[in-house]
Amino acid sequence: MLNNILKRSGIFCMVLTVSTSLVFFMLHSLPGENAEVMAKYIFLGNVELNPSNEEVQLVKEKFDLDRSLLSQYYSWATNAFHGDLGRSYKTNAPVREEILIRLPATITLALIAVLMSLLIGMPLGILAAVKQNSTTDYLCSATAVLGISMPNFWLALLLIMVFSLALKLTPTIGYGGPSHLILPVVTLGTATTAVVMRLTRSSTLEVMRQDYIRTARGKGLDHRDIMITHSLKNALIPIITMVGLEFGHLLGGAVIIETIFAWPGIGRLLIDSISARDIPVIQGTVLFITLMYMLLNFTIDILYPIFDPRIGGS
Amino acid sequence: MTLLSIEHLNSHFMTVDGIVRAVDDVSLEIGENETLGLVGESGCGKTVLALSLLRLLSENTKTDGRVIYKGRDLLKLKEKELRGVRGKEIAHIFQNPLSSLNPVLTVGFQISEPFLRHQGLKKSIANSRAVQMLGLVRIPSAPDRAKEYPHEFSGGMRQRAMIAMGLACSPSLIIADEPTRGLDVTIQAQIVELMKDLIKNSGASMLLITHDLSLAAQLCDKVAVMYSGEIVEYADIKEFFKGPAHPYARNFLESVPSRGMKPIRGISPSLINPPPGCRFHPRCDCSMDMCKSVHPPLTEVKDGQHARCLLYA
Ligand SMILES: Nc1ncnc2c1ncn2[C@@H]1O[C@H](COP(=O)(O)OP(=O)(O)O)[C@@H](O)[C@H]1O
Ligand code: SF4
Ligand SMILES: [Mg+2]
Repeated sequence: MLNNILKRSGIFCMVLTVSTSLVFFMLHSLPGENAEVMAKYIFLGNVELNPSNEEVQLVKEKFDLDRSLLSQYYSWATNAFHGDLGRSYKTNAPVREEILIRLPATITLALIAVLMSLLIGMPLGILAAVKQNSTTDYLCSATAVLGISMPNFWLALLLIMVFSLALKLTPTIGYGGPSHLILPVVTLGTATTAVVMRLTRSSTLEVMRQDYIRTARGKGLDHRDIMITHSLKNALIPIITMVGLEFGHLLGGAVIIETIFAWPGIGRLLIDSISARDIPVIQGTVLFITLMYMLLNFTIDILYPIFDPRIGGS
Repeated sequence: MTLLSIEHLNSHFMTVDGIVRAVDDVSLEIGENETLGLVGESGCGKTVLALSLLRLLSENTKTDGRVIYKGRDLLKLKEKELRGVRGKEIAHIFQNPLSSLNPVLTVGFQISEPFLRHQGLKKSIANSRAVQMLGLVRIPSAPDRAKEYPHEFSGGMRQRAMIAMGLACSPSLIIADEPTRGLDVTIQAQIVELMKDLIKNSGASMLLITHDLSLAAQLCDKVAVMYSGEIVEYADIKEFFKGPAHPYARNFLESVPSRGMKPIRGISPSLINPPPGCRFHPRCDCSMDMCKSVHPPLTEVKDGQHARCLLYA
């Protein structure tokens, strides 16, 4: 167990270093780029305008930007390690704050979308498995295929057109009361629901083929008992992994959806900072998304033995 | 008194390759307090035969014939009534305990389930009965072991746990499928001892499936030899060991380690297209011309011994 945790922590650090340094070197690979962007914000207050050479030179000297990239990355990483992600070029607010302000919006969206996918996807998946090859099964499968193949942005626009523009049932975009949640959650949750449904169906079918289900029947248990006590817990194992990854994905910011619905979350922050060339924010956000993703993975790994006693334990 | 009588039982699988005739016109009887051994090489249909009795096969199976247990035909019973028989009147000890135990439930819970289902016991009481059962099959420190999962048990202990699960509700008939397979010799001997005691004490009847004749010799009153989905010899255990009548049964006996370990020549026939006439004729040393076309009936060779061979017809 301890060994396992050590190994995981090692991998954890490695992935963090690789992903952040990759982003760092990419953003800084254009010579003078960083200095130029900084000069724009400091002297002109606008990314659209071009600073003079003297202004760029001044910034370079002031922030010591002629150092090697490696040493710059090192200072960034040390600061990040202590929780200091720098300040936004655009707003001058600490990057950490910029991220934390947007976190609730993203978490709300991700959590509700995942809950929806579990609450709808799992029962439908079980139903489809129990009634394998029936009309119900085919109907569920067809719906799932549709849900998976519809592109996110397309579904978002479709929903906006139908429910807010034509029927005027929901607000179009923005962040506020629960009604604002409906369209983004449905858009985000649809594909996940479909994936959960299909996985639940296939893993339930897989479990129902196992010898221990026959043993349960041999004891005289009825269908319901077999489903609940013998099948569900086994069928859940692959679903947990998938949902964990999906949740990590959503927490990392549903970039497109947050942009379409003007949802003030992490994904939106990333897009905005990229178009503003707000390098510290880009960097901080990427670090944060990676961190979230890995923490989730870590949590799943720790939760796993609860569902599958063969893993971990003694 | 006959407890279970199997009459003209067929179990066929509909597969893409054709119809697999895994059990073909099998008739057998098990008396009260009697242990019948079902032996035969791997793949001859023993497990399918056993699973047919409580209708535990998959849905692509066609089973017909009659399985009369205490006057009722199990094959015609409503699913709900059959559930009342399974695990209570007739217990099935499945082959391969590792895959037959649920990996995510504790062994104790899985043994307590028959109590919960058939005796309506409270969870805590069912649980302590499960611990008792583990003790009965001689698992040391049973209260702790009951809380463990199947993968924490050794092979021998898993087999004991399966036996405990089967015996939970004191069934009248136990179907035990290869209870010693895959265990090393000392453990096998322990399991045999255990089963001997348990049968003696409980007075239950048993259908014991095995490919191990020495196990049958120790536990059974009668033995049926299965070949290619059919019963080819059916005899009292004493008569059988004095001298099997069917050439395949003779070869099978000679193939056991203590009797020369002579392998049977040729390969087991396909169950989709079995050889015409006597199914054993391509491998039989006594094969005659008519064996290729005439399908032999099961005939009495002498008192207490039947064989499906044209030598006796
Ligand atoms: N579900 C199934 N579908 C098709 N064929 C099967 C199925 N189960 C068993 N069989 C076939 O039936 C035959 C008898 O198998 P089995 O009864 O398990 O043999 P054994 O005597 O070793 O227990 C084998 O040839 C096997 O391939
Ligand atoms: S019927 Fe013929 S082939 Fe079959 S076992 Fe008897 S002698 Fe051999
Ligand atoms: Mg078998």
